[in-house]
Amino acid sequence: MAQAQRRAVECGVPDPAPFMHPSLLKNKGNWKYHDRPRPGVLHHVSHSGDQVWSVRAGTQRQMDTYTIRTLCDIADKFGEGFVRFTIRSNIEYILADQKKVDPLIAELEKHGFPVGGTGNSMSMVAHTQGWLHCDIPGTDASGVVKSMMDELYHEFKNEEMPNRLHLSTSCCEINCGGQADIAVIIQHTKPPKINHDLVANVCERPAVVARCPVAAIRPALVNGKPSLEVDEKKCICCGACYPPCPPMQINDPEHSKLAIWVGGKNANARGKPQIMKMVASGLPNNAPRWPEVNKVVGDIIKAYKADARPWERLSDWIDRIGWPRFFEKTGLTFTKYLIDDWRGSRANLNASAHVRF
Amino acid sequence: MAKQLHPTPNLDELEKGPWPSFVTGLKRLAKDKDYMVDVLGHLEHSYKTRKGYWKGGTVGVIGYGGGVIPRFTEIKNEKGEAVFKDAAEFHTIRIMPPPGMHYDTGTLRKFCDIWDQYGSGLIALHGQSGDIMLQGCTSENVQPAFDAINEMGFDMGGAGPAVRTSMSCVGAARCEQSCYDEAKAHKMVVNTFLDDIHRPALPYKFKFKFSGCGNDCMNAIHRADMAVIGTWRDNMRTDDELGKKWFAKHGMNELVNDVVSRCPTKALQIKDAKDVRKGGDISSVALDDTQCLEIDNKDCVRCMHCINVMTGALAPGKDKGASILIGGKSHLKIGSLMGTLVVPFMKLEKDEDYQQLVELAQTIIDFFAENALEHERTGEMIERIGLVNFLEGIGLDIDANMVTNPRMNPYVNTGDWDEEVAKIKAKKAAA
Repeated sequence: MAQAQRRAVECGVPDPAPFMHPSLLKNKGNWKYHDRPRPGVLHHVSHSGDQVWSVRAGTQRQMDTYTIRTLCDIADKFGEGFVRFTIRSNIEYILADQKKVDPLIAELEKHGFPVGGTGNSMSMVAHTQGWLHCDIPGTDASGVVKSMMDELYHEFKNEEMPNRLHLSTSCCEINCGGQADIAVIIQHTKPPKINHDLVANVCERPAVVARCPVAAIRPALVNGKPSLEVDEKKCICCGACYPPCPPMQINDPEHSKLAIWVGGKNANARGKPQIMKMVASGLPNNAPRWPEVNKVVGDIIKAYKADARPWERLSDWIDRIGWPRFFEKTGLTFTKYLIDDWRGSRANLNASAHVRF
Repeated sequence: MAKQLHPTPNLDELEKGPWPSFVTGLKRLAKDKDYMVDVLGHLEHSYKTRKGYWKGGTVGVIGYGGGVIPRFTEIKNEKGEAVFKDAAEFHTIRIMPPPGMHYDTGTLRKFCDIWDQYGSGLIALHGQSGDIMLQGCTSENVQPAFDAINEMGFDMGGAGPAVRTSMSCVGAARCEQSCYDEAKAHKMVVNTFLDDIHRPALPYKFKFKFSGCGNDCMNAIHRADMAVIGTWRDNMRTDDELGKKWFAKHGMNELVNDVVSRCPTKALQIKDAKDVRKGGDISSVALDDTQCLEIDNKDCVRCMHCINVMTGALAPGKDKGASILIGGKSHLKIGSLMGTLVVPFMKLEKDEDYQQLVELAQTIIDFFAENALEHERTGEMIERIGLVNFLEGIGLDIDANMVTNPRMNPYVNTGDWDEEVAKIKAKKAAA
């Protein structure tokens, strides 16, 4: 016999109080200042005089239950049974007792969780699902991120950057990874390959036509079947048609490339928030470790680390040195594809005689 | 013991190196689960051929229209059978975490137990929308897995054209820069829209994000249709003891180069203590016994930079609340848009204040539902209809804080100019 169907209890977002470390609950809204005794550790002082030490460690984000239980064991032993996660998938342990900080760090490192990601370090890469789970991915996410974090391990564990450095990756141009100082995003270079046998049955054709940013798609009869066709001269290979119409395959093992974007900034600190700019494209989707992507990202980080002044985010640094020197210092090539011709593009051109020599 | 692993020469490369490896985790799960043996085989096939092989579909739980991300394999043999048959279905269940992503270990262990029993054992903490993502479940097990999670007091997140799962920063729980109760705002606003989360019926997705200050750790201005960013109206608070401590450690060069010269509106000046201006808009912090840093709060835009550098010595004021920006979104379809400021300041202190935030959110969602085209985000709608029409639609008054600069072209009919001026003056006089 089938059981009676259970209806969901529409309870929504839970109250965080029962999940919060007692010191955080007690001092909520009453914190005075913080400092960072060492990379990976934040020390917060409350107006009440209470203090907490937060120890931050990197994780692989996609975690098996063994890993999560290991992190829980460590929390039970050192962190009074509470943890929290940051937006970049780092785990944080809250300690009311400073004496537990070093033993906790030792325990985390023993189990392979690097302690760091605070202040002017490079934090974990914000990333998406990729081949592991997404239905439209041009590349993997976890793998690209793993290979980058291996290369940049030292920069996660140390605070040696001019300011904080945030990275993201995205497996299609929807850019779920988000704005970042440096972002790795798929950039397709060929129009979709259409399976005309399937379009009529799978796709709502007017909706697909409406999705195209450049009106390159039109309904057509192909081999006697209702389908869609793409004006390949107009097509900008963005892939917007692929999610609503999977028979318009945009992903290509060879021609789906990776592009690098820089200078996204979420914070309002100093200048206003910034949208990132494309600075390189055409990098091969070279699984499993994407060495070409890592080389470019590494070169940008090296140049930023060497040349930016304290508190300059990547975008602040470029504002000071200018784009020609950015390309010079990173060894990247400024091509015609980096001159914006999308709507509003003239605002991105230099309407002045400001030139750095 | 599970069946034998497929060879995974590509994925094996991702077990090398010092960063924690998700592949090692997948392999650990594959020791006991045929399901994960085939998930590894499936992923290796993607690595080998450099393509993805999951397609969507329709899977859900009773009573809800969204929140499960269905995935069916497309790696089939010539007979149309799944090559990796134990991983033919690999659905994700999105669950809304507590605001601030706090957990006690008992709760995390319960999630693990449930996911070992019904799912793959793979959990992402967290997805880009802020969900707990329980990754990998058969169609059959989605309902019992969700039932068990729901019994714990957790609920499904959003997917599709719906209000989405939200995120809020650690905020008041552990940050001195917090300007409102982010968790309270997050919970109150999002729980108002449970029907719109669980039964997708909007033109497209709608995201709320809550950051406690202008540092915007939740990336709300870029990513949220409605971004709630903490700020304050009164003067910055200062602490002379911490100011002197900071200056003793960092010195004049850092003060000038890293603090004063980086203020975007030149609101900071170094002064001899005796020369510090008196006046309602001025605050100052001592650097030593003779010198002070003077802040002209009327010029300050609450960017947070000096407070970030001199934490504690400088701090947000006491008259706190939030600025609200509308219409952030990522690339597709018309290009990345950041949110536009539509409420310069909303006080967030008493319950009524938070209720006012909820009501604004309701008004905006109603307008979005009525006026956006299919698959059009709020920012794209505003771009199409213009900010003034949007503001009139939701009943907000215009404010010069909403623009970078006034219009730079003459292409507008200003025939009703005098009436507009009179209306605004009358409103100001009545306030």
